[in-house]
Amino acid sequence: MTLTQQIITILMVAIGTMLTRFLPFLIFPAGKPTPPYIRFLGKALPGAVFGMLVIYCLKDVSIFSGNHAIPELIAIAVTTALHLWRRQMLLSIAGGTICYMLLMQLAF
Amino acid sequence: MSLYPEQSTLKPKDNPSRGTVIRQALAAAFPYTIPIFAGFWFLGITYGIYMNVSGFSFWYPMLMALVIFAGSVEFITVNMLLNPFNPLQALAMALMINARHLFYGISMLDRYKNAGWKKFYLIFGMCDESFSINYSVKIPEGIDRFWFMFFVTLLNHLYWVSGATLGGLLGSVITFSTEGLSFAMTALLVVIFLEQWLKDSVHISELLGLGISLLCLIIFGADGFIIPSMLLLLALLTLLRRRMEYPADTDCTTGEAA
Repeated sequence: MTLTQQIITILMVAIGTMLTRFLPFLIFPAGKPTPPYIRFLGKALPGAVFGMLVIYCLKDVSIFSGNHAIPELIAIAVTTALHLWRRQMLLSIAGGTICYMLLMQLAF
Repeated sequence: MSLYPEQSTLKPKDNPSRGTVIRQALAAAFPYTIPIFAGFWFLGITYGIYMNVSGFSFWYPMLMALVIFAGSVEFITVNMLLNPFNPLQALAMALMINARHLFYGISMLDRYKNAGWKKFYLIFGMCDESFSINYSVKIPEGIDRFWFMFFVTLLNHLYWVSGATLGGLLGSVITFSTEGLSFAMTALLVVIFLEQWLKDSVHISELLGLGISLLCLIIFGADGFIIPSMLLLLALLTLLRRRMEYPADTDCTTGEAA
């Protein structure tokens, strides 16, 4: 690949990514009322999206081989428990992450 | 209706200067981005190293991190740069991998409204993590919410670019003793998911998100489960629309469904 071709490839990826980010705002501009169905989706989607992103983070973890996702499940349980107990975002994340690092480096 | 009504106009009584407003927003935003810093430096450095050992100078990861700012697609672009020139494939791949951003945009239509010149950058920098924080965080009273969201996005962007650049510069010189650090990103999303769960009175959406994505992951595998998950979620949420009530916005249930 020449330098020009490399630049075009990178720009195409950037344009594709930006299309996915800008499209909803272009289709439903701020000046006009957004259709009720889209407003409903705006409220209903985030819960589903966050669920999807949790799974997305874990997509390369195999349940059937390796550690059988045990360290991940323990660390998620610790994160959840900490969060329900104190409801302090940074504490829950730090606790869960340290727990996972200890499990990976010492136990598994 | 925004969850934070009129917050942008809420300012301390003594009418602080523009500089104070900006500084306060930065100070309020920074703590929320700390887990992203851990995750993005870990992933960004890994990405930079990957490009370095694939034969690219640090300019590549640095500029790609700057203009693309979407982690998974950048890793795949490395591979495409090593293969014969195929710009349409590059475009199609970026559209497919990042299709989930469409959902973020729909959720952010109201929240990014009236952001002025910042709106362009907020949308440009709307990666998974910036969206998750900007959607879910209850911005403290008296903090300008557009500057807050701007700094969340900017800090995340800076972490990613600096991580990728560092990895590209240092190459394979670094050895990690930080195994497992990237779990910070998973933990962040678990916390955001929990917060959304506690906020909603009906949990259909959250349960579908977890269940359908897991099902699709098992059926379609790690590289192809996002699009089928999105389509199924969209279809099921539409079907269940009448059973999901959002008191903050009565238009949702009385509009088309009636």
